[in-house]
Amino acid sequence: MNAQELLRLADDELILGWRNSEWTGIAPFLEEDVAFSSIAQTEIGHARAWYELAAKELDTDADSLAFDREPDEYRCAPLVEMRMADDWARTIARHWLYETADRIRIQVLLNSIDREVAGLAEKIDREETYHRIHAEMWAERLRDEPAFRKAVEELWPYALGVLPEDQRSLLCEAVERDEGEAIERSGHTEDLRPLWEEMTMVRRSVPGASW
Amino acid sequence: MIYEVFRQEREGQPFQHGGSLEAPNLVFAEAYAREFYGRRDESFALWIVPRDAVREVREPYVADVFDRDYRRVDGYSLKVKLKEARERAGTAPAG
Repeated sequence: MNAQELLRLADDELILGWRNSEWTGIAPFLEEDVAFSSIAQTEIGHARAWYELAAKELDTDADSLAFDREPDEYRCAPLVEMRMADDWARTIARHWLYETADRIRIQVLLNSIDREVAGLAEKIDREETYHRIHAEMWAERLRDEPAFRKAVEELWPYALGVLPEDQRSLLCEAVERDEGEAIERSGHTEDLRPLWEEMTMVRRSVPGASW
Repeated sequence: MIYEVFRQEREGQPFQHGGSLEAPNLVFAEAYAREFYGRRDESFALWIVPRDAVREVREPYVADVFDRDYRRVDGYSLKVKLKEARERAGTAPAG
């Protein structure tokens, strides 16, 4: 698997993990705060594992890939970039769409001829099971809420853009929607730069330091 | 709704109270219980029970007015009798 493909996975997980972590301390109730923070943390852990594989190919390290690139060098899908920390229905719509898409992607990676990739996909898949249980229960609970339905509608083209074209029909089946136009990874939303500024702030404050 | 969570650390062991959590329904309670009591592989199994389903009984004894200590396995202390018997036999341990 080439490094650019690995970076797509890693960047998706890092940026979404970062966005989800914005709910720490302000989730609708404490149990959810703990659960969602934990999900955010495992996403960042998965990002780290993918970065390590990519780093071997690019002859660098995971930290440099995560924090030392310029915003336009990130390969994440626009879906994961958007700041939603004041809108729970929208956050859950994204969480559910992303986890459903991610599952499809991981299923394909489980059969990768690259044994390192397949092995890592298997480990990640086990943790993602919990994310899916969590996403499904919330989607089920909010299914008839107008705010949630509106958010799914809005985010659907972004969700399609998470997957390569040949995997999109599986996502349509999984969430029972028609395909339509996708918002591709080719560009970034306005929300990425402020996130990047904050995420890399400490690292940039002392360039080249060993922490 | 409040749920009480009981956890079994290893297969075959008794379930012990782990703690309680708040959740809108049993599906959420299960997801949170997995997160709080199962994620680090610290439990073999969990019981999740709505607190309302637990009948609490305070002061559960029935009037204990007659001296029927002999019915209880812990009610018959041998210590004193044993000491007397040892003294009679002259085999009391020193001190």
